[in-house]
Amino acid sequence: MKLIARLTLQVCLFTAACFAAAPAPEAAQPGEELARMPDVSGRYGGHLTIGQRSEPKTLNPVTVTDAVSREVIGRLMGDLIEINRSSQQTEPALAKSWKISADGRIFTLQLRKGTRFSDGNPFDADDVLFSFRVYMDEAVDSPQRDLLIIDGKPIVVTKLDQYSVRFALPRPYAAAERLFDGLAMLPKHLLEKPYREGHFAQAWSLNAQATEIAGLGPFRLKHYVPGQRIVVERNPYYWKVDHENQRLPYLDELVFLFVGTEDAQVMRFEAGETDIISRLSSENYNLLSREKSRAGSQLADMGPSLEYNFLLFNLNDLGGKKLEEVSGKQAWFRDLKFRQAISSAVDRDSIVRLVYGTRGAALWGNVGPGNKLWINQAIPHPSRSVETARQLLKSAGYSWNSAGQLVDSRGHSIEFSIITSSSNGQRMKMATLLQDDLSHLGMQVHVIPLEFRAMIDRVFQSFDYDAAIMGLGGGDADPNPEMNVWGATGTSHLWHLGETQPATDWERELDQLMQQQMVTLDYAKRKQLYDRAQQLIAENLPFIFLGSPNILAGANARVGNFHPAILDPYTLWNSDELYVRGPAIERAGIR
Amino acid sequence: MGIKTSILLAALAFSHLILLFAGFFAPCDPTTQDRELPYAPPTHLRFRDASGFHLRPFVYAWTSSSAGEQSDDYQENYREDRSREFPLQFCVRGASYKVLGVFKTDVHLFGTTEPGKLSLLGTDSYGRDEFSRLLFGGQISVAAGIAATAIALLVGSIFGLIAGYYGGWTDESLMGVTELFLSLPWLYFLLGVRAFLPLHLSTVRTFFLLTGVIGLIGWARPARLVRGLVLSLRHRNYVLSARGFGGSDFYIVRRHILPEIAGVLLTQASLLIPRYIAAEVTLSFFGLGVNEPAPTWGNMLSTLQQYSVLVSYGWLLAPAAALVVTSVLYSSLADAIHRG
Repeated sequence: MKLIARLTLQVCLFTAACFAAAPAPEAAQPGEELARMPDVSGRYGGHLTIGQRSEPKTLNPVTVTDAVSREVIGRLMGDLIEINRSSQQTEPALAKSWKISADGRIFTLQLRKGTRFSDGNPFDADDVLFSFRVYMDEAVDSPQRDLLIIDGKPIVVTKLDQYSVRFALPRPYAAAERLFDGLAMLPKHLLEKPYREGHFAQAWSLNAQATEIAGLGPFRLKHYVPGQRIVVERNPYYWKVDHENQRLPYLDELVFLFVGTEDAQVMRFEAGETDIISRLSSENYNLLSREKSRAGSQLADMGPSLEYNFLLFNLNDLGGKKLEEVSGKQAWFRDLKFRQAISSAVDRDSIVRLVYGTRGAALWGNVGPGNKLWINQAIPHPSRSVETARQLLKSAGYSWNSAGQLVDSRGHSIEFSIITSSSNGQRMKMATLLQDDLSHLGMQVHVIPLEFRAMIDRVFQSFDYDAAIMGLGGGDADPNPEMNVWGATGTSHLWHLGETQPATDWERELDQLMQQQMVTLDYAKRKQLYDRAQQLIAENLPFIFLGSPNILAGANARVGNFHPAILDPYTLWNSDELYVRGPAIERAGIR
Repeated sequence: MGIKTSILLAALAFSHLILLFAGFFAPCDPTTQDRELPYAPPTHLRFRDASGFHLRPFVYAWTSSSAGEQSDDYQENYREDRSREFPLQFCVRGASYKVLGVFKTDVHLFGTTEPGKLSLLGTDSYGRDEFSRLLFGGQISVAAGIAATAIALLVGSIFGLIAGYYGGWTDESLMGVTELFLSLPWLYFLLGVRAFLPLHLSTVRTFFLLTGVIGLIGWARPARLVRGLVLSLRHRNYVLSARGFGGSDFYIVRRHILPEIAGVLLTQASLLIPRYIAAEVTLSFFGLGVNEPAPTWGNMLSTLQQYSVLVSYGWLLAPAAALVVTSVLYSSLADAIHRG
């Protein structure tokens, strides 16, 4: 009997703990410098559910590498300066203002006074110093560390007083304020101990207690059920208020459900079990839009994303490798006219229609129409012409044999394979379309779907491939994240990795342009440099650009302030402003 | 042979003949893309129009969406263009193909005139004719099933005969090997093997690899069955007396043992063929089989892995239906042989 009584008590306590209402927002304290959002209105209460493809791996914002974990962590953490996903411009966050010295090297940030972490402890310059020390520590091995080490020298962070911090860069760095977005400010009072003891990387794992984790984001961790869900609740000390000076966020809770696959996400959303869905494929978007009238959900097509998909030829230096077969084909791939012919034969309109179901854009350069600030509009968009392609091949010394096969001047028939990730249906489809397009030129192309890691290994390590279809971009609109692709020594300089010297003249010029734009502070001048870089890329075709998918997202009709953006995180970037519409606000915890 | 067996045999022979002469029965080339008509629903054969009933059936062409609507929603936006009728024609000239891989010709059993298009089972995501792909895909899938069965039974009966006939340590060691083969996790093993092979294999080589692999995996079960039979057969009086009269091992196996196990092998064959067709489908489904653009039932079905395709374009399930029908025919045949 006693046992039953105790069990009942425990069950009751447990349910009570789960169903406990979210904390009410704290009243503003005297002297607290809140960020007022004049255009934001909504109502308090309720929760929203989001389906995630997999379970997050960590809650540590410094060591996180995967997008799923970042989606959760981003709700818990705050940055000094944020990129507004809608306007793509920077705006003040934990730093209420900043000044840049005339030479562009010294940044002085004023912090918001009276800001508190989600556990109620105050935030000040010491936390900023601590955070940057952790990010730049080699032993912690944060993926963001590379951004903060410029020319091999770290950014020097100095505390001026309790609420101002100075950042000294080793050299001018264009749009350096954008670096601050995505660098979470860490609570020194919670993390200094694990950091000093040398096990920072193990801190804030998924097993951590909710009380061990505190951040400056709109939400804080409530509980985590392995294999099922993570629940985050309102941070009662959050530093943003709406137009009526009510403290954000509006939602009591956000629930992240681990559902498995994209298809599972769609099915859960269709069934009304989740409220928001992002990164939809066009097929699923069309599927949902067919059922839209019944479900009454709001679907958004945000237009072309910043992602660019391309065909890439292996132009790597294969000197030390035993890859005679590939190196024999490199003579074709190195020939600009060969690449131009392929670019001319590609039916980009069909890619947009069949791969993206018209919800995408054809690409002729690395910057797509989604990036309005930086696209070079002068880059020509020649339409598909098999005739032009044949002329180009003929002028480069190729001919056709009696069976209609293309042969080079040595009489070898043109045959190569395209590898692509088998898990990416869109790229597989592009490859199959390309195969057919190129067969009209007499080229024999084989499509080889590979498991993602196997493909990455071939492209980055073994160089054992002829051509590949891949995608890049999607992070930020600024050209700086593209440095590692177009800079000659970049880690994603995919067509020719591990160069110490640019292999060709145009690559040298491209490298110089990219380096130059990085230290040019004036937007107009930078744009000029980047325009020229785009032109060089489009003329020399290290990649044959194919297309860019639209950002497609959806939300339940009851979600208010749903404003998806084309920058990641597409739908949750304004999670502090989301609210639940309608009179019947569900009590938190009932699901 | 009972009537049921004869009917089943006739049905199987008929369907296999159609697959064998797929080029003749299929109205289109299986790899030709029509990028204007992705996911077009099956064409309706019609007999009646405004002017009344026609003995010769005709089809209408599909037109995609009317202006102003979202043109991406293919399924709801295909409409029949009633302004022009395309009558069904027999023995028409179309895409060229090779009969049995030898004679080149371009005569098809039926078809219609351009720009009309006859796609009895609709089209896939590239606008390729699903019906033609079903026939050409069946060629590869069914041939792979039959060839793999032949390999499995051949290897299985040789090892089973040796093990059962000689007994002793030969038997023990061979049966140990069969146990090893039965316990290997084959799908993972195959994924590993594929990683070591060259990136590109031609369709022919993939076909032989596929049948070889399926057959070599499958020999263990028939081997155990044959071994059990032979084990009991070799102690029969007529075998013992043949041996007493000085018959060689080869003579005894050929004259007395093989005829006894032939029936069992036949039943096994009709059970294994559908299973190995399904094995090809599974391997192709996981991308281990024949690559695009060559069709097989397996790689045709793999597009249905996507939920949106599965719920929107029902006609793409045709290879699954064909697989079910073939399997039912074969297993009914096995049943009929067993009973009769």
